[in-house]
This record gives sequence, C-alpha cells and structure tokens, in this order.
Amino acid sequence: MATFKDFRNNIKPNWCPGCGDFSVQAAIQKACAANGLEPDELAVITGIGCSGRLSGYIKSYGFHSTHGRSLPVAQGVKMANDDLTVIASGGDGDGFAIGMGHTVHALKRNIDITYIVMDNQVYGLTKGQTSPSSGKGFVTKTTPEGSKENPIQPIRTALASGATFVAQSVSSDIKQLTAIIQQAMDHKGFSFINVFSPCVTYNKVNTYDWFKENLIPVEDIEDFDHTDAKNAMQNVMEYDGLLKGIIYHDQEAKSYQENIEGYLDQPLIKKEMTLENDTFDELMAEFR
Amino acid sequence: MNEQLSWKVGGQQGEGIESTGEIFSTTLNRMGYHLYSYRHFSSRIKGGHTNNNVRISTKEVRAVSDNINILVAFDQQTIDLNSHELVQDGIILADSKFSPEKDENLNVQLVSIPFTETAKALGSQLMKNMVAIGASARLMNLELQPFKDMIYTMFIRKGQEIVDANHEALIQGYQLMDDEMVRIKGDFEMLPSDSEPRLFLIGNDAISFGALNAGVRFMAAYPITPASEIMEYMINNLPKVGGTVIQTEDEIAAVTMAIGSNYAGARSFTSSAGPGLSLMMESIGLSGMTETPLVIVDTMRGGPSTGLPTKQEQSDLMQMIYGTHGDIPKIVLAPSDVEDAFYTTIEAFNLAEYYQVPVIMLSDLQMSLGKQSSAPFDVSRVEINRGKTITEDIEDQADEYFERYGDEEDGISHRPIPGIKGGIHHVTGVEHSPTGTPNESPENRQVQMDKRMRKLKDFTMEEPFKVQGNVDSDLLILSFLSVNGVAREAAERIDADVTTVNLKQIHPFPIDALRPYLDGAKEILVIEQNYSAQLQSVLKMNYPGHDRIRSHVKYDGTPFKPEEIETHINSILKIKEVM
Ligand SMILES: Cc1ncc(C[n+]2csc(CCOP(=O)(O)OP(=O)(O)O)c2C)c(N)n1
Ligand code: SF4
Ligand SMILES: [Mg+2]
Repeated sequence: MATFKDFRNNIKPNWCPGCGDFSVQAAIQKACAANGLEPDELAVITGIGCSGRLSGYIKSYGFHSTHGRSLPVAQGVKMANDDLTVIASGGDGDGFAIGMGHTVHALKRNIDITYIVMDNQVYGLTKGQTSPSSGKGFVTKTTPEGSKENPIQPIRTALASGATFVAQSVSSDIKQLTAIIQQAMDHKGFSFINVFSPCVTYNKVNTYDWFKENLIPVEDIEDFDHTDAKNAMQNVMEYDGLLKGIIYHDQEAKSYQENIEGYLDQPLIKKEMTLENDTFDELMAEFR
Repeated sequence: MNEQLSWKVGGQQGEGIESTGEIFSTTLNRMGYHLYSYRHFSSRIKGGHTNNNVRISTKEVRAVSDNINILVAFDQQTIDLNSHELVQDGIILADSKFSPEKDENLNVQLVSIPFTETAKALGSQLMKNMVAIGASARLMNLELQPFKDMIYTMFIRKGQEIVDANHEALIQGYQLMDDEMVRIKGDFEMLPSDSEPRLFLIGNDAISFGALNAGVRFMAAYPITPASEIMEYMINNLPKVGGTVIQTEDEIAAVTMAIGSNYAGARSFTSSAGPGLSLMMESIGLSGMTETPLVIVDTMRGGPSTGLPTKQEQSDLMQMIYGTHGDIPKIVLAPSDVEDAFYTTIEAFNLAEYYQVPVIMLSDLQMSLGKQSSAPFDVSRVEINRGKTITEDIEDQADEYFERYGDEEDGISHRPIPGIKGGIHHVTGVEHSPTGTPNESPENRQVQMDKRMRKLKDFTMEEPFKVQGNVDSDLLILSFLSVNGVAREAAERIDADVTTVNLKQIHPFPIDALRPYLDGAKEILVIEQNYSAQLQSVLKMNYPGHDRIRSHVKYDGTPFKPEEIETHINSILKIKEVM
C-alpha cells in the first residue's frame, strides 16, 4: 500500500516560502494515501497560476493544461477511464474568472471528479492583480482605488449551480482539509472544495490570521445541516460565505456516468475499438 | 431520353420541402441512379424560402448542375426565385392552390397540379409532397414501385392506413401528370440506371461513420451549422458501441475535453465550424505542445464572424494551417469527396495518434450537407494504428518518471496512457524536459522544439492528392473539398489537356509530390471559395517564382457551377492562344 511519501517526487516547488499551496499539496497527498490509492491510479489535472504548478509536485499522472481549462480536460480524462481517480485543481482566477463557465457546468454535469480551488483572492502568478474573489475595496495593481466589484462567493456559486458536494476549508488546517478531500474523492459525482490558500506575497489582507479570525466552522452553527441544500444556502448567505467544513453533501445523487446506461460496465479505454462486421453492415445500410 | 436531369423542389421552410426532396432522391438512389443534391436554406427555422436541388444521372456526378429541368413549386416565391434557372422549355410543376404564374419573358412550361387539394381530399394536406413526387415520377417516366416501397418502409410504423393513403396520393399525382403529358413539350424521361447499390449520404455522415470506425468512443462538441449532424450522428450511434457524447458549454470545453480523453487513451474528437475553431485556437497549441493526439473537424461556412452561417465557403484555410500561437507540428487534411471523407477521417485519427499531433479535418458546407451518391465503404480498408501509444503496464520501469518526451530519432516519443504501471509522467503546455517537468533552459528548449517539429518534417500521406490527367498538361487545376467535383466536370468539357488535382494533404504542403505536375503544366489555376485566394497563396509560398499560377475565387455563398469554371478555363486558354 502506498504511503504519503509515495505521492512525493523530488521536484522542489517554486512557490514562495509560506505560500498556502504547500499545505494543499500535502493534504492531497495524505488523502490519497489514506484512501488507499496508488500513484499510478491518480491523475491530477491543473490550470495555469502559481497553484496550477501542483500537478508537477505530486507523484502521479499529471496534466498541467491551459489557464482556466483544468475542468474540461479532467472531465475528458475521467470519461475515458473511469478507473482513474481524477483531481482537477487551480487558482481562483483560473476557476472563477477565465474558467467560470466550465466550473458552473462541471457542477451541474456532475462527473465523478474532485475539484480543489486554491483561493488566495488574488492573481499570484501574474504578480498581484485583483481576482473574482477579491474583497470589495481590495487594492492591487489593477485596482489602485480598491476593487469596485462584489466578490464571488465560490460556495454560494457552487450551491446555486446544482452541486452535489460542496466544502470549504483553509490550507492551514491540513487535518480538516485532508479529511474533506478524502470524502470528496469517495463522493460519487462532482465534488467542489474551495480552499483559502493565502498568498503571502500579494495578499496582505486575507492572511492566515485573518482566516483564523473570520472563518466559522459549520460545527459551531446550531442546526447546520449539510444534507439540506436550503439550510446550507441560508447559512452561506448569512455568514457571507465565510464558512469552514462540509457545506453540502447529496449522498443520493447519481454521477453523470451512472446516468448513462452501460457506460460503467467497463472503462471506455478498455472497450473494443474495431466495429463488428455486423455492426458495420447495419450502420452502413442506414445510408441507403 | 436523358442521361441526366436536374430537379428542384421549393417552398416555405418548415413545410416539408426537405422531406419531399429526401423521399424523392432516396428512392432514386435505391433505383441505382447517381445523385448530387444541394440544399438552399436560411438561418430561419420556419418561413423563408428553401429549396432542394437534386441532380439525377446515369453516371457519376459530383457537382451541382448549371441549370434545372424540373421545378416543383409549393408557392409563388419558388417560381419567382428559381424559374430563371430553368433550361429552355424546362418545366414548372406548381401547386394549383396558389394560382401559379410564370414570367412571360421566360421560355418555360408551367403545369398547374392540385397538390394540396388532392392531398386534402385523401385526408391530410401533409401528403401534398407525395402528390408532387408522383407527378415528378410520371414526368420522368419512372417506375412507381420503388416509390411505393419507400413509402411503405417510411410509414409502416404509423400503420397500414397511413401507408395506403400515401400510396394513393402518389398514384393520383402520377395520374394527374399523365393527363397533362400530351401538352408537354420536350423529353423529361430518364435513361434506365445501372441498378448498382450505392450509398446516399451527406459528408457529415461519412465523417461520423469514419470516426466510429476509427475507434472513436467519445466526443465533446457544441452545436453549430454545418457541423451539428456529426455530433447528432455520434449521439445516436456511439451508445451502440459503448461510447458517449457530451454537449459542452462551449467549444473551448469541447476541444479540451477531447484532449483530456485522448490523453487518457480513448480516441476522441470534436467538430465545429469557423466560429468554434476560432475559440479552440489556444487549445490546438496545447495539443501540439503536450503531444496529445487530437482530431478536430472543421466544416467551413461563410465567414468572418457569424458571416454566412448557412452558406458555402472555404475561408478558414489559413487559420487552420497557421492558427495557434507559437510553432507546433500540425496536419490539415481535406477529403476529396464524400466517399473519401470516410477513409480520410480514419486516417486522420491514425495520423493524430501516430504523430501525436493535432489533425484538422476540413470539410465545407456543400460537402458536409450536400447529399450525394457514393460507392459502399470497404470494411477491409479500415485499419487502426496507434503508433507508440502504450496501453499495457511497463514491467521493468524503475520507480521514476517515464520519459514521455524522450528525444527519439523520428521525434515521436513513447506515450503511456495514465493508469498503467510504470508510465507515470507529467505533461504540460509549458516547455518541458523529457519527463515533462517545466524547463525553460535554452538547451532544453532547442532539443524539445526540434524534436516536436521533426515529427512532420518529411511527412507525406499515402495519397496527398487525387490527380486525374497527365503530368504534362495545358492547364492544371488545383482545388479542394466540394470544388473538386465541379472543377472536374468543367475540365471534362474542355478540349485541351487539363489535369485536375484534388488536394487532400493541405498541411504540411506536399510540394515534392506535387512538383512534377506543377512543372509539367503550361498554366496553373487554383479554384477556391474565399475572397483572398488562400489556397493560391499557400501554393505560391511553396512553389515560388511562378507567374503561371492563376486564381479563380467565389465568395457569394453559393457553390460553383461547372459552367462558371468552364468559362474561366476557356478564357485562360484563349489568352494563351493569342500570346
Ligand atoms: C489565456 C490566458 N490569459 C492570461 C494568462 C496569464 N495568467 C496566468 S495565471 C493568471 C492568473 C493567476 O491567478 P489564479 O488563477 O488565481 O492563480 P494563482 O497564481 O493565484 O494561484 C493569468 C491571468 C494566461 N496564462 N492565459
Ligand atoms: S505569489 Fe502568492 S500564490 Fe504565488 S507562490 Fe507566492 S505566495 Fe504563493
Ligand atoms: Mg489566485
């Protein structure tokens, strides 16, 4: 059985010391080992950003795609080979700006993959511009007078898009994050995890301390019920999206693949590529 | 008796014009005639003039006709818009319901027949198309039995009563026309066919069936004219072989999903038209850079922007050859006709996987949607070649990253698919080392870029073009896709040594194979459907310094007619004589 260490390679991340993404990486590696995965059973598909480099730092099959496109690539991988565990990952700009269309549609489509967003509320790789989840008034190179737009609350968007698994955590809480990722990978369907992963270089507002002060564990909320979407949405709105834990989990939902008759009998890549002669003749006869 | 006739049916869109043309032509195909059809339609769904032109012949036809012999009109607009295309003494079969009138200046015959009234009396005016088909059959002196058989197979699901009513409509149409025959001038009778079994299909079906045979089991696509039939065919047929289609949120998702699925080892593709291809440009580079096989079908229509969404054009060529930023190896193919579209599609998937490159399969609206006869496809010619794809565990691989981008002599590295033991590697659109780790060093960059570009350096497919005629010629005509058939027909009418070349391998340009023909031609003419003579530019770039290269373009949205090309060729050859 593979351990945490088997998911490590010898490549040194180029993240700034103290960057939140280190812990997200560690939590993924721990969760994979804890779920009994082998490195060759895992595919990590990422977008572009500081966070997108993740696929190169985990020992597994990895695909570092283009900015905003980790989700469609990841869904294609899963559709081709259902035996693989597929994790898609990237930043807040990647998932909520350029890739937002894919995010909403992946949520509603419900293909069985896990999507982990490293949300630092800023563009790290391009050196500090505003992001869709930057708070109102957040000052960056592109918002010298402070951001004038309302921030996106990722978990609210996820719920509104028909998600079947929604969670939020912070990279400093590796223990909780690991447990959430484990459950997300077990979930049959699309699982969405927004992880606040502080950018120590370009975001001096949403720091580790800030999250310690402002995030509310769902366990602390009376009558919080993560099996009830309405309850979840109410609390998300009441607490301005600053919750921590599993926000919503629909255990009954069927994944996209489960809804296609016979699809999961065998992974697509194992299916016969050559048509039977009878099938060929039958199909060709339709052109007469 | 006629070797070939051109029949056209027109009316308001949504009124069953398509099905009239469909039933008529499908029956003729089953009778063994060669057919080539052209649908004129607008972006509206209901209303607006639409027509379906079917050219019927006892020999192979691969082009629309210069004019029409028979016009079946369900409204006055059809007559007003189309009767000028009729040959001298050509005939209009019109529904008496709208008291049809013809232009007195035109030398054509008008026969008014109660299509709607007859159908109504039989129970439903929907059957007016059967009355019209019956009348057409009589005019062309065709046997009725094949039409009856066709009606039976089409309607038996709805019950014998419906079949009987439609049979009756057909027969009454036949008789109504029979009463008119004494007054008809001229000969509209077809010569008998050779009764050979043939397919009758649109290019999009040939491409789709090709994809299915190439082992495609997954497709991701976004609807667009004139590509949607491909996705619809796959939706209907992929489940029969355990596959599926996802209709994505946009074309970027479609192409990247196809990339993901190909990366994971399942042959996958997407299809679209110009607007969708424009959105896919960045991802084509991702496929090129990560060396992930990818096939995209581009069914060209009128551009730019939304352009002429339902009209014929071939103006995506340059973007397909050069599109995406940076340098990547890429293959662009153009099947020579509908039959070839089947085989070339299979080849496209093999090439994509063998060379680990993006392959763009071109079509154009007329090839994609023009229904035409084709010889049956030969299953023995279907072959799947996966190149250096590794689908089984690699036993002796050390516990390290696999060299996915190893610097092989032919530039093509081994490609283990995710999930197998011993194949772990990383792929990225960032410049990378042999194991796929991002690496920006100048030395590595040079090695990897050279490796990628080397893959297609000497690439020529088995049949890079289809040629008819001699190496030495008075005139060589170069064309691609649906223009091929028209160019050929025009060439055959000319009393000179004309060689036609249907270019199939558009990029990399097969200049070495083509050179003898180019050198041997006194004149070269490139015929294409776009404003800026894109194919001519490509030829000039690859075969520089030749002022013999002429161009004939058309960009009004309608397909070339043989006559237009014939006139153009004559003018070129005449210029030569004078000189
Ligand atoms: C099509 C495209 N547009 C822009 C960029 C430049 N770009 C790279 S990463 C990025 C944003 C990064 O922010 P985020 O996704 O939040 O990731 P982070 O670096 O913060 O982890 C941008 C704009 C690009 N690579 N591709
Ligand atoms: S810039 Fe920010 S997000 Fe990027 S590595 Fe540094 S700390 Fe992390
Ligand atoms: Mg960010």
